[in-house]
Amino acid sequence: MAVKDRVPMKEQDPKERIKNFNEVALGYTEEEAILEASRCIQCPKPTCVAGCPVHVRIPEFIKAITKREFEEAYKIIKSTNSLPAVCGRVCPQEEQCEKNCVLNKIGKPIAIGRLERFVADYALQNNIEEEVKPEKKNKKVAIIGGGPAGLTCAGDLLKMGYDVTIFEALHALGGVLTYGIPEFRLPKRIVEAEIERLKKLGAKVETNVVVGRTVTIDQLMEEEGFEAVFVGTGAGLPKLMDISGKNLNGVYSANEFLTRINLMKAYKFPEYDTPIAVGKRVAVIGGGNVAMDAARSALRLEGVEEVIVVYRRSKEEMPARLEEIEHAIEEGIKFEFLANPIRINGTEDGWVKSMDVIRMELGEPDSSGRRRPIEIPGSEFTIEVDTVIMALGTSPNNLIPSTTKDIDVQRWGGIIADETGKTSKPGVFAGGDAVTGAATVILAMGAGKQAAKAIDEYLRNKK
Amino acid sequence: MYKIVRKEVLNPVVKLMDIEAPRVAKSAKPGQFVIIRIYDKGERIPLTIADYDPEKGTVTIVFQEVGKSTKLLGTLNAGDYILDFVGPLGNSMEVPKDAKKILGVGGGVGIPALYPKLKVLHQEGYKVEAILGGRSEEYVIFKKEMEAVCDKVYYATDDGTLGKKGFVTDVLKEVLENDKEIDYIITVGPVIMMKNVCKMTKEYNIPTIVSMNPLMVDGTGMCGACRIEVGGETKFVCMDGPIFDGHLVNFDLAMTRLNMFKQQEKLSLELYEHGGGHHGR
Repeated sequence: MAVKDRVPMKEQDPKERIKNFNEVALGYTEEEAILEASRCIQCPKPTCVAGCPVHVRIPEFIKAITKREFEEAYKIIKSTNSLPAVCGRVCPQEEQCEKNCVLNKIGKPIAIGRLERFVADYALQNNIEEEVKPEKKNKKVAIIGGGPAGLTCAGDLLKMGYDVTIFEALHALGGVLTYGIPEFRLPKRIVEAEIERLKKLGAKVETNVVVGRTVTIDQLMEEEGFEAVFVGTGAGLPKLMDISGKNLNGVYSANEFLTRINLMKAYKFPEYDTPIAVGKRVAVIGGGNVAMDAARSALRLEGVEEVIVVYRRSKEEMPARLEEIEHAIEEGIKFEFLANPIRINGTEDGWVKSMDVIRMELGEPDSSGRRRPIEIPGSEFTIEVDTVIMALGTSPNNLIPSTTKDIDVQRWGGIIADETGKTSKPGVFAGGDAVTGAATVILAMGAGKQAAKAIDEYLRNKK
Repeated sequence: MYKIVRKEVLNPVVKLMDIEAPRVAKSAKPGQFVIIRIYDKGERIPLTIADYDPEKGTVTIVFQEVGKSTKLLGTLNAGDYILDFVGPLGNSMEVPKDAKKILGVGGGVGIPALYPKLKVLHQEGYKVEAILGGRSEEYVIFKKEMEAVCDKVYYATDDGTLGKKGFVTDVLKEVLENDKEIDYIITVGPVIMMKNVCKMTKEYNIPTIVSMNPLMVDGTGMCGACRIEVGGETKFVCMDGPIFDGHLVNFDLAMTRLNMFKQQEKLSLELYEHGGGHHGR
């Protein structure tokens, strides 16, 4: 009979972990994984699979775990998911596979994400490789952007035998997995290991290539022999609040703050050369996962005493994953809900001194379905802070559309692609945040997967 | 890895390097910049492109040794490699259609950044003159190159060892008083110099463009570290620039923002120099 309570996963103690950037969640042991897996009732018609954007064969891999066949479990996951160690850590399982688990009716759902992570980590530790020896197709495909969408698309195309080159603008692959998500949530060795596997599968990589500047898509197709292109260039430019003081020293976009810390390792300054400047009191504006990542990263930096998240709605409307919010609370992050910044005040020499904020109340639901925040007149107050991080989402980067012939974009700037990833330009496919606007790692991976299928079909039909 | 194929010491603090980067050399245009990273713990440093040769596949950079990274770069020699070299970034300069006689005003390492712009305008058949300035004669670099693409070059040095004793703006005033044909100005140099040049050209009502060189991280629009204010609006230098209408730029803010990591930069340099010639790796 199924065990009702899910097996807890060990975590670093909050008091300790705020002093380091090491991973917070420590993963299951073999016995814990088997025990948790044994809770799965193996539904004949599993509903969990339908909730997964890449359709991982969940009951099958869980069954393999119960039989201690971890290698088999890995192969089952890997057959549809190219980055399981990443997904096991950062997917919003509670809104996808786990949400659909029938155990929800009697208690907690199976911890599918934790089990996926266990299996992926087991495979990494034991050097278990997939055996893929596809027949080589002599067709070159260019992947623009080495983030979750591009890596997934590349992985699937490599397994089909295509000659794949990934072009990356930064000096390292991984996209948001590398520059955005902090080490304590997703260790970079995990990302690097997944990338190494792609290289072993035959992926060619050109870093430091900004497509649209260094070379254009038209040049890649007309001069360099690429027969198809996948555009997975990500979400784009950070949005900043249009309030006075937004360009004071000490005001960062979350993108800049996190890129300095994660990609450039500013938390190890001066061992690493890239600096980060923070004061004692840090305000983070926003309520999404990026805001949580920025707040928790700030708390771990030397000299920071207090971090306050300022969000204009209430806790219930926060778009961040519950787990991230809970981790932030455990670590001592303060929250100022129903509050919206109206100006940032500076010192004489141009640094942040404080931030004026106005109280909000919730009105009728808006187009997002969430209740619209409305200012309460006369309710202004001031928060003493010396660093402000804005985590308010992104707007599209028009570099690719503006330098490529015949790529249509939405009015808001996102690249137009159908559900298979096909754009208005023959041979060019797109997916992930560049198409949808900022979303999740797994949705980008799903789009990369779809596009790989569509690219294969396109190249087969092309004479 | 990108090979340094040539190194030249231009003066005690400024060095020039030709870097092998065929893709960048092929696409580069006047006004664009690159970002380099020297080694695996290094920071990303934006540098304006001073010249490029698509046939040889090389890009020329000129840098002043001010902090740890540029000092470390200065220790490298022809035959050595740097880890990352990405570009060309930013928008290229648009050729001013209505202008006839163009004046370039350059100071310090802004001179080699000004050079490819004047070079292309000279090739396009414009009348081109320049005012170049520096602390003393040896700090005024790229004289030969500039003289080759300009109809006339004026100089200004702080100590009077070359040209007029004083600032470029002192010469600028004289030139603008005497030559009413000048109808377009391009200035590249220290922010304070560009500010003063723009203040003066505004009085004479002559369109003036500047090339901004703020702090940057990715250089592709993702981070917003490079933001400045132009005509009251926030702009990202890496995406919207680096060339802007100099009469609309908030130079004071640009100067303040350059100081954002001053303390850390100082510490980094002290630790590097304390190591005594150690590469700090």
